[in-house]
Amino acid sequence: MPEHASQRELLFSGSDWSFRSLSRAYDVIEAVAKEELGLDTYPVQMEVISSEQMLDAYSSIGMPLMYRHWSFGKHFLYRELLYRKGGRGLAYELVINANPCIVYLMEENTMALQALVTAHAAFGHNHFFKNNYLFRQWTDAGAILGYLDFAKGFIARCEERHGVQAVEAILDAAHALMEQGVFRYRRPPRLSSAKQREGLRERLDYEERSYNDLWRTIPRLAEGGKADEMEDGVAERKRALNLPEENLLYFLEKNSLILEPWQREILRIVRVIAQYFYPQRQTQVMNEGCATFVHYTIMNALFDQGRIGEGAMLEILRNHANVVLQPGFDDPRFSGINPYALGLDMMQDIQRIATAPTAEDRDWFPEIAGAGDWRAILLEAWANHRDESFIRQFLSPALIRKWRMFVLSDTASERFYSVASIHNERGYEQIRSALARRYDIGASHADIQVVDVDLLGQRHLRLQHTINDGILLENDSCDATLRHIRTLWGYDVTLQGVDAQTGATLYERSGRQSPG
Amino acid sequence: MPIFVDRRLNPKDKSLGNRQRFLRRVRAELKRSVQEQIRAGKIADVDGEHAIAMPAAGTGEPSFREAKDSGRRQHVLPGNQRFTPGDQLPKPGQGGGMGSSPGSQASEDDFRFILSREEVLDLFFEDLELPDMVKLNLKEILAFKPRWAGYSVSGAPTNISVARTMRNSHGRRIALRRPKREEIEAILREIASLEAAGAADRRRIAALRAELDRLERRRRVIAFVDPVDIRFNRFDPQPQPNANAVMFCLMDVSGSMGQREKDLAKRFFVLLHLFLKRRYDRTELVFIRHTHTAQEVDEETFFHSTQSGGTVVSTALEEMQRVIAARYPSREWNIYAAQASDGDNLATDSERCLSLMDGEIMRLCQYFAYVEIIDERESEIFGSTDNGTSLWRAYLTVKDRWRNFDMSRIARASDIYPVFRRLFTRQPASQRE
Repeated sequence: MPEHASQRELLFSGSDWSFRSLSRAYDVIEAVAKEELGLDTYPVQMEVISSEQMLDAYSSIGMPLMYRHWSFGKHFLYRELLYRKGGRGLAYELVINANPCIVYLMEENTMALQALVTAHAAFGHNHFFKNNYLFRQWTDAGAILGYLDFAKGFIARCEERHGVQAVEAILDAAHALMEQGVFRYRRPPRLSSAKQREGLRERLDYEERSYNDLWRTIPRLAEGGKADEMEDGVAERKRALNLPEENLLYFLEKNSLILEPWQREILRIVRVIAQYFYPQRQTQVMNEGCATFVHYTIMNALFDQGRIGEGAMLEILRNHANVVLQPGFDDPRFSGINPYALGLDMMQDIQRIATAPTAEDRDWFPEIAGAGDWRAILLEAWANHRDESFIRQFLSPALIRKWRMFVLSDTASERFYSVASIHNERGYEQIRSALARRYDIGASHADIQVVDVDLLGQRHLRLQHTINDGILLENDSCDATLRHIRTLWGYDVTLQGVDAQTGATLYERSGRQSPG
Repeated sequence: MPIFVDRRLNPKDKSLGNRQRFLRRVRAELKRSVQEQIRAGKIADVDGEHAIAMPAAGTGEPSFREAKDSGRRQHVLPGNQRFTPGDQLPKPGQGGGMGSSPGSQASEDDFRFILSREEVLDLFFEDLELPDMVKLNLKEILAFKPRWAGYSVSGAPTNISVARTMRNSHGRRIALRRPKREEIEAILREIASLEAAGAADRRRIAALRAELDRLERRRRVIAFVDPVDIRFNRFDPQPQPNANAVMFCLMDVSGSMGQREKDLAKRFFVLLHLFLKRRYDRTELVFIRHTHTAQEVDEETFFHSTQSGGTVVSTALEEMQRVIAARYPSREWNIYAAQASDGDNLATDSERCLSLMDGEIMRLCQYFAYVEIIDERESEIFGSTDNGTSLWRAYLTVKDRWRNFDMSRIARASDIYPVFRRLFTRQPASQRE
């Protein structure tokens, strides 16, 4: 124990918290975070809420402001049940990627937990949100709360004007397409400010008011008399519509012939929210790992400095251990790989490789092994990777052995799984790339795109599902989703499943109006 | 230094609107399930929370999901203790030893959630009203409670408001400048000291004595408390709506009432009980069963034991009268009764029932519902005619005379709710008057 430990006074004693002790803990934690870890964060707003409010926040996909929809009510009931049965505790914290970064603290937490949460969320997550390239490129932390406020108000106004049912129908359909409602490769336009949105809305209102049906009957110049050049026409219109298009919500918002302006705006809202969460879905392991690594490091540093008592530290360590528990695959508690555990272990592994590398580490990670400055390596990794690339780059043989990872091959038509590789010399590479691929959202989600539509004829919308590894779609929910698309598009919709390797059409389904 | 915001006092239940939306969406399904549960439980138990299985209809949230039973995948798992490459594991569901299949999770779509009491009852009584609730209440108000209604200048001595009286007297004393005791005492002291000092200043003493006289006269004239100061608390009698309701369940349990009949009757009573409970602070249940004699019993006996013997319906009505007289004075209680029977009765006794109803019972009751449980085959014959058993015909006469009486026939479970609704739905004012 450092000799000055006894002179420093404890940050807090006992389990009760007060705003003063919260604030004092924050200041000390901030000092460690900035000076020792070199974190760079948004300003923080800490909000104290009750457990009931936490349930509320949770079930509207974690956002403090959200429009109304029945599915959030359903999720609330589900979470409440789990909570009441004790089946799952509430998260101690919730953090919103916004500027200022909003951190929720639950009133029921003890002071030790509040300190843990402060380090975890207000510094770990906050740093990650501010610095990771995906968030920097794809989300507007400064604008999101303003936008959600607008969205909530807009949808409430739509409900007043057009009825809850009409709005619900559009939201249901849009929610079904959320996963297909993101731009994966090109950056979406920045969220416009409230003022610009207002201007846009006024213009739409004006167009609505001054719409004259007569104008529709005037033939357009470009489309007159070229009906015979069908072949050219197909290529032409695909170009004009920017096909193929992976963002189904975007396509429908821009091109559906039956949607009214307010309905398009709702699609846009759902699309913007889906896009906002897209980086979070790609960085689960890194984000949670970063936050967990940060709280663990800071809490230990504070304990070493004598600012946290032994009892509080024990409580912190117990909670920490619960969070990073990773049962083996044959344990009844097993439910997949715990992103907190994997992230933390990988980051601590990087720390180890940088400071005390083995010969194997030098072979595998020549650039960082023994580099000493693990802080810089971690800061760089947090900024420039997503889960897939992070695992591909940094999962070490030592960690694979420690976790005793193995790969199971699962072919649907066979009655057995077979073990493809284990934690040995020949398996490391395979395990690493198999795991990385699992976190690659592009590869693990069905690739469905709009390929063609005949806007002048029967307006048939054609979607194509590119099938990788023979993985098909669940029939029932696929049909239901297609019906939702049909609702938004207004005309026939078909989905063609095409094998990525052979190009053969494996199936074709269509979204008929509800089959009764 | 971060910004701290205390949100604990913010409105809770932000998700209430979402929950209501959800309930609205699955209303039909929930309703069916609630009714199912109420059928199985005890009458008094139904007024609680219920776990309801997640209704499938209309709550699915489809998306393009991968089918688990197709294609080739690779799972990465931790915790390998025994495998080497090439080993084979049986898949779950095929006699395998794996805890759970990789990546499988319990579905969110088949959990059971708890409906609150309010939500359960809302589903049950969406648009039911007691017949002429308001009017009956106004007409039947019999209990009064005194309510303070300000001050008055007259009243009983026990109602004097001391505070208000003293306040008035104080003001009057100041206004009329009633001499204070201290002034008199000061003069007395001065006289005493002057007298003690020897008769130096007789004129001064005389002047003081005159002043003392004047003051004392003034004190006598201006009373400390004058009759005009006195104020009495005034109490107005405030009509008190009855907050208690008692429900009489009358049932024929003679051999002809089988399990089916009792089950139907029970469901009707459950509805009535729930319904009253919702309208009143306190509802009590009285179970009276009868064969050729009647007795008050508990719920268990009421529904689950059979007796045999002849049928004399009037005994139940007499028992009900006795219980009312003994425990439920009608000026304090709203009395409701529901009678279930298969209608089998002696013709002479039906006459007696008629006179009992006319004579007293209908005056005591807020509402009396008679439900005749008939065979399914009979329902086609009797469904729409006024013909029927002797009891039915006797009660038809009661129905003509008393507006707070109604009757209906039930043949199967699905009839109960519509019949109940018909008996208890608020009718348009024009029809009533």
